[in-house]
Amino acid sequence: MRWQPAELVATRTESASARTLVLRVPGWPGHRPGQHLDVRLTAPDGYHAERSYSLAAPADGDHIEITVQRVRDGEVSGYLVDVFPVGAFLEVRGPVGGWFVWTPETGGAAVLIAGGSGIVPLAAMLRARRKAVTANPFRLLYSVRTPEDLLYADELAELRRAALTPAADPIGEVCYRGDPESDENIDLFLAYTRTAPPGDPRPPGRLTRTEIARLALPPSPAVACYVCGPTAFVEFAADALVSAGHAPAMIRTERFGPTGG
Amino acid sequence: MTGFSPGFQGRPRPQSDRLPPGQYLVEDFPVLSAGPTPRVDLARWQFTITNETGRQYAWSWPQLMSLPQERPHVDIHCVTRWSKLDTRWQGVSLDSLLENVETQAEYALISSYGGYTTNLPLEDLMDGRAWIVHTYDGQDLHPEHGGPARLLVPHLYFWKSAKWVKGIRLLDQDELGFWEAAGYHAYGDPWREQRYQDD
Ligand SMILES: Cc1cc2nc3c(=O)[nH]c(=O)nc-3n(C[C@H](O)[C@H](O)[C@H](O)COP(=O)(O)OP(=O)(O)OC[C@H]3O[C@@H](n4cnc5c(N)ncnc54)[C@H](O)[C@@H]3O)c2cc1C
Repeated sequence: MRWQPAELVATRTESASARTLVLRVPGWPGHRPGQHLDVRLTAPDGYHAERSYSLAAPADGDHIEITVQRVRDGEVSGYLVDVFPVGAFLEVRGPVGGWFVWTPETGGAAVLIAGGSGIVPLAAMLRARRKAVTANPFRLLYSVRTPEDLLYADELAELRRAALTPAADPIGEVCYRGDPESDENIDLFLAYTRTAPPGDPRPPGRLTRTEIARLALPPSPAVACYVCGPTAFVEFAADALVSAGHAPAMIRTERFGPTGG
Repeated sequence: MTGFSPGFQGRPRPQSDRLPPGQYLVEDFPVLSAGPTPRVDLARWQFTITNETGRQYAWSWPQLMSLPQERPHVDIHCVTRWSKLDTRWQGVSLDSLLENVETQAEYALISSYGGYTTNLPLEDLMDGRAWIVHTYDGQDLHPEHGGPARLLVPHLYFWKSAKWVKGIRLLDQDELGFWEAAGYHAYGDPWREQRYQDD
């Protein structure tokens, strides 16, 4: 796979620490939701730094999007979020990865569990799912520190408005239930770990095993689970899915810890 | 090349001739795998080598532990670009396991509890370059890192060092493993930066 120049054509601020970069990559071959690319930066002395970033949206011709969350003392993420200017170039290669993918053609019902910036590849799946006319049920469980850290807040708010009810679950969680009869059959559950928005009946805290077991679709050979986020979060959530009866072969994980492992 | 990523400096580069191109050093031990961590019961644990005629050679956990134990002290390199120097392991050399296996095969396909597979040339498992390890840094190998036992082939990218290793099939023809079939390099030499298929 060769490195290709990519021009930054637009940006969107997603939160105080994250920004979406819209890149133009002439000849981009297209990609599947869940795949990532490699980004290469070059310093004046020729030194290269390379990191992987998930593709945040389905490709739009030669325009692709990534969303980068600033990591403290990070070599690459800080530059991409705060410095890299519109009109400038970097290098990319991809798409990479053929396992952590969901497509409307091949994917069915899905449970998506995101921790922090782990939402990025799952958002690409969600966006593809909403664009395609399909009634495959989706359950999105998104763990995030505070309301200010929420990525794609407008889009998620739209999903919430489209939902039938902010259904207070018997155990007191607010879960936005989609319409099971329509192609907006997408449930959304937000778990704030540090600070919850006013009025949220769920006290801030980590996503729990009970929540995962209750809110995921029931285990079935037709339900695939996608878990993405920091390593420890992925370990925990994947393990909770196994305990809830999901077959390990139906659970796909992507770990992006601060070290990229 | 100049002109890319204006204003990017990068952090001061640690100089080390033990760091392959495109890699950076970490102190911790990141985890990377494709699915949840399988839990393997030692009482039922078995490691098998199957040669190209279908003949099987099998070891139980106590049998593995009774073989000569080695203490490899090696650098490891993950395709996601972290490298970790001076890792300390304990386990059994593949040379000991292959000693009485009859084979003319050239390729090996490793399989794991949990279904993971990875391929490599058989010769890369020989001559003191590969081990089945069960101890890391003096402790039982944690399930997250592949315990009870994983393959260790430090001269190739670390996805070749299959966690939760279960067996090896010896083959006349190369057969791609899990990541290799998904577009990663069939061999994976970090010093030649063989990350993806066409590198
Ligand atoms: C498949 C995949 C997909 C990914 N997708 C995304 C995505 O969509 N969005 C996203 O934001 N991220 C994503 N990541 C993570 C991303 O690749 C980077 O790991 C992340 O942006 C951090 O890179 P960095 O260069 O800023 O941090 P690094 O410089 O790598 O540092 C990470 C942390 O380690 C410490 N550190 C490491 N080395 C040193 C050193 N030498 N000196 C001092 N401190 C050090 C720093 O304190 C810092 O906190 C993905 C990762 C993978 C593997």
